[in-house]
Amino acid sequence: MTNPNWLADGPLFGLPLADIWFGLLFFIFAMFLFLDGFDFGAGLLFATRSDEHEREQLLAAIGPFWDGNEVWLVVFGGAMFAAFPAVYANLFSRHYLLMFAILGALIVRGLAPEMYEQREDDRWKRWWGRAFVVGSVTAPFFLGMFTANWLLGSTTIVTLPGIVVGLAVVALTVVDGVAFLRLKTRGNLRADLQTDGYRALGAYLVLIVLVLGYIYVQIPDLRSALLSPLVMLLVVLTLVLAAVYAVATYSDRYYLAFGAGAGLVFALVSIVAALMYPTVDPAVGLTVDSAVVSTIPLNLMTVGAVLLLPLVFLYFGILYSAFSGPIDVEESY
Amino acid sequence: MIDPVIASRLQFAVTTIVHIIFPVMSMGLAPFLVYFTWKDIRTGKPIYEQLRRFWTKIFAISFVVGTVTGIVLEFEFGTNFAVFSTTAGDLFGGPLAFEGMMAFMLEATFLGIFVFGRQRVGDALYMASAVLVGIGTWLSAVWILMANSWMQTPRGYELVSENGQQLVTLVDPLAAYFNPRFFWMYVHMQNAAVESVALVMAGVGAYYVFRHHVWGYPVEQVGFWETTLKFGLIALIITAPLQVIHGDLYARHVFETQPQKFAAMEAIWETDSYVPEYIIAFPTSVQDLLDPRAKDIFGIGIPGGASWLASGGDPQATIRGLEEFEGPQPPVALIFWSFRIMVALGFWFILLAFWGAYRWWSGELLEDDLLHKALMVSTPLGILAVHLGWIVTEVGRQPWIIQDVMKTSEGVSSNLSSTEATITLVGFVFVYLVLLVLYLYVVVRLVRAGPPSVSSSATPDRPSDSSTEATVND
Repeated sequence: MTNPNWLADGPLFGLPLADIWFGLLFFIFAMFLFLDGFDFGAGLLFATRSDEHEREQLLAAIGPFWDGNEVWLVVFGGAMFAAFPAVYANLFSRHYLLMFAILGALIVRGLAPEMYEQREDDRWKRWWGRAFVVGSVTAPFFLGMFTANWLLGSTTIVTLPGIVVGLAVVALTVVDGVAFLRLKTRGNLRADLQTDGYRALGAYLVLIVLVLGYIYVQIPDLRSALLSPLVMLLVVLTLVLAAVYAVATYSDRYYLAFGAGAGLVFALVSIVAALMYPTVDPAVGLTVDSAVVSTIPLNLMTVGAVLLLPLVFLYFGILYSAFSGPIDVEESY
Repeated sequence: MIDPVIASRLQFAVTTIVHIIFPVMSMGLAPFLVYFTWKDIRTGKPIYEQLRRFWTKIFAISFVVGTVTGIVLEFEFGTNFAVFSTTAGDLFGGPLAFEGMMAFMLEATFLGIFVFGRQRVGDALYMASAVLVGIGTWLSAVWILMANSWMQTPRGYELVSENGQQLVTLVDPLAAYFNPRFFWMYVHMQNAAVESVALVMAGVGAYYVFRHHVWGYPVEQVGFWETTLKFGLIALIITAPLQVIHGDLYARHVFETQPQKFAAMEAIWETDSYVPEYIIAFPTSVQDLLDPRAKDIFGIGIPGGASWLASGGDPQATIRGLEEFEGPQPPVALIFWSFRIMVALGFWFILLAFWGAYRWWSGELLEDDLLHKALMVSTPLGILAVHLGWIVTEVGRQPWIIQDVMKTSEGVSSNLSSTEATITLVGFVFVYLVLLVLYLYVVVRLVRAGPPSVSSSATPDRPSDSSTEATVND
């Protein structure tokens, strides 16, 4: 059987598919960090609430969504495997223990809310509540460490910038979590969350400035990339979005605050991608072009993504509109 | 500290064996849920709402545990089998990406609506959600089994040498993804999933029916359990005979494409014709139990049976023995026994199906205590048979990770230390056992709590506060 020419004769329409997939990969990562990010944030905020009804509200708010949100991580893994298998293999085997720390955290985080609902006794709820908080904090923290190690080509797990980025990502998930929960809850809870949002936003900005400063001082290789117009623009954009978030939160414009929170995640991931390009695994110097799969699978993947991603957005549109507005604790089955 | 190759293989085995339980439950439950939802919406009878709601709870917990255990599997290719991932990535990564984008997305988003949205969406969208969740579940298996079946019967690729490493390059996607094994694997697996769930339903239903009708304990909502038992039996009557029929064709296909695996399944060491099929084979001493080459065997065999099976009807057919294959052999005893027990279970399920059908037909379904006991004991056996089948498939392929192309030992990450591999192996054995215990605990609790009580009026109550409050928003 022979293949049609369009599949084997080079990239579709002569497009720079390797670069497009580099962008797509980070887009998928940002989608995961944004969507599951507010689940993580809700998990951390769970620790700050002691009222049982408010806790139930937090869980009910993320209930219908988190499964779909977490699938973006699966798509990220799959897309990296499919488009840049060498990176997938190198990166994950190099950060072996960190990867398993992330996976362990995600297991605890995924299981805990489900378990929490199963029994009514206090001890059971207390322990699963704690597990939920621990999973929700460690998952984004380890993800942040992983991203920093990836970008800086670090081969050791624990590094100073890794820890700072980890904390920054935790703070960012709280920023998102607050914005999301203010859409989904009512009453005292919604009012109280406002302060949490400001604090998290402040922490995030401080931590990001620290990391960028560290990169500028300590990593000469990245200095020029850091000062490139694109990255500078993204840093300015981050500040603007932070201001929008703060103002929107203050004036109770919930959707605007939520959008600004999402923008902060995309700006952060864009900064990482812009600093990394054209390598895609800096530790071993793999570039986008050297790491990409051969023509036929790349073309197939591209056709698949063009057809499927709009459908995925359609599913999410249906899901989020079905559950628009505040979510009642009793809703299910 | 354990050798990284051994540790990685053990870790993959443990995580897969535990993980497969949950997709089997979701794939098997999906057609039932579609049917119950449809009947619930169309007839409005309380029993269908109860069936839908009860089994949706089981589905939801299976999906959650399946998700968290499955994400690990996806990343394990990169963490533990990096050389394999680099070598085969051209061909192997695609199906995993498509599984995520096409199947898992569909399943996870509409599951949100299906589990939480009954009061929020109309009947049409609710019904569509049930169908789309089911399609998503079944599509997942398409992509995963495409990837796996390619490792069994690789096609459509070329080996290209790059920087001293042999890399698989995809040249013919249709040949690669619709490789010879894919069809048999898919049919056998999906039917097995429905059969396993049928056994779970029949077993759980039988437990309450037995308590009520045989022991005379009061059981609330006993009608619900009687119906559950009947649905389980109907599905078993359909799936059990099919499983053995295409299982037989599948085995013949293995004989043609993976002769070494087939020889291991039958523990045939020397090439021979007129090979008997041993129904039972017992070594006469305990030491010989794990030695498939033991000569001193008490066995009951059908003369020419294995030859007949392999060739599709010729008892004189020659079967190549394991001696003909060079290099290491798969662990024959494990494969031999797994295959035997799986086949025996397959026939046991057919017997159960016929037995149940006969008692039902003669109007004694609720009275036969021996049948109830047999069904109760068989509750987990469908899933056990799935495990055994996968052991035959995966262990039987050893020493190859890609049949005749790459050895498993060559596919393991080169930079993995035995300390790292051992830490995660021990960690995962512990974590996955805990997950399994928690899952069983939750399922048992749900079964004990029984079906939700529903009012006979078909329309569910709409929460009055949320609709009014939503309008105040922004």
